[in-house]
Amino acid sequence: MADPMKIRAVVRNGVADVRVLMAHEMETGQRKDSSGKLVPAWYISEVTGALNGKQVLKAYWGPAISKNPYLQFKVKGAKAGDKITVSWVDNKGEKRTDEATAS
Amino acid sequence: MNRNRRTSLQVAGSAGLYGALLAIGLLRPGQASAQSLEQAFKTAGIAETLKALGAAGAPESKDIVINAPDIAENGAVVPVGIRSGLANTQMMALLVEKNPSALAGAYDILDGAEADVNMRIKMGQTSDVFAVVKADGKFYVAKKEIKVTLGGCGG
Repeated sequence: MADPMKIRAVVRNGVADVRVLMAHEMETGQRKDSSGKLVPAWYISEVTGALNGKQVLKAYWGPAISKNPYLQFKVKGAKAGDKITVSWVDNKGEKRTDEATAS
Repeated sequence: MNRNRRTSLQVAGSAGLYGALLAIGLLRPGQASAQSLEQAFKTAGIAETLKALGAAGAPESKDIVINAPDIAENGAVVPVGIRSGLANTQMMALLVEKNPSALAGAYDILDGAEADVNMRIKMGQTSDVFAVVKADGKFYVAKKEIKVTLGGCGG
């Protein structure tokens, strides 16, 4: 199981500013290891963001997203105490879901 | 029992269900683009990728803002943000012209999210980056050059 995400959600004027830091290698599939073999691609391919269980954002990623990806998005109509849920799935089918409370 | 007939019935059934979901608004057209995105992630070059996204020949728009540094010291971590001021923005994507596959990420902006996302990407070398925005069913683009002093691919 991958390490948990760090999620911060701060509400200002009814808009939640959500910042997420995920722990993932994001291997491009272009790099070679010390023996000259290609390291297979391994990256987060989908990320979803939800406010109180309702999906608001869906991201499709390729391997060009940096290692330990950072994502920031904004959710309208949010207030302090709301639940922000972020999930990701990588190209090997591994997944992770974490939740934060907006403040 | 004819096996082929069974599978074709199943396929027809799921297509029907999909259509029904689309009709009652459970699925938005933006989400239906997932298959074409898969293709778009495999193409190199801006023109080809725009075509795969269905955005070939999209006009430039001043309402799209790419928020990124002019010079990135480390190509492995380049912060890039896209903001769209276009009404009804449904989808936003970021393309890097000189990366092995141009499409870095695409975002479905569903009800409740603002058309404003920030991410960190890898860039192999100095390149133009393009933001593609689908608003009200039409595509628009914006571009910006980012100079990279240290490439982020290979190693």
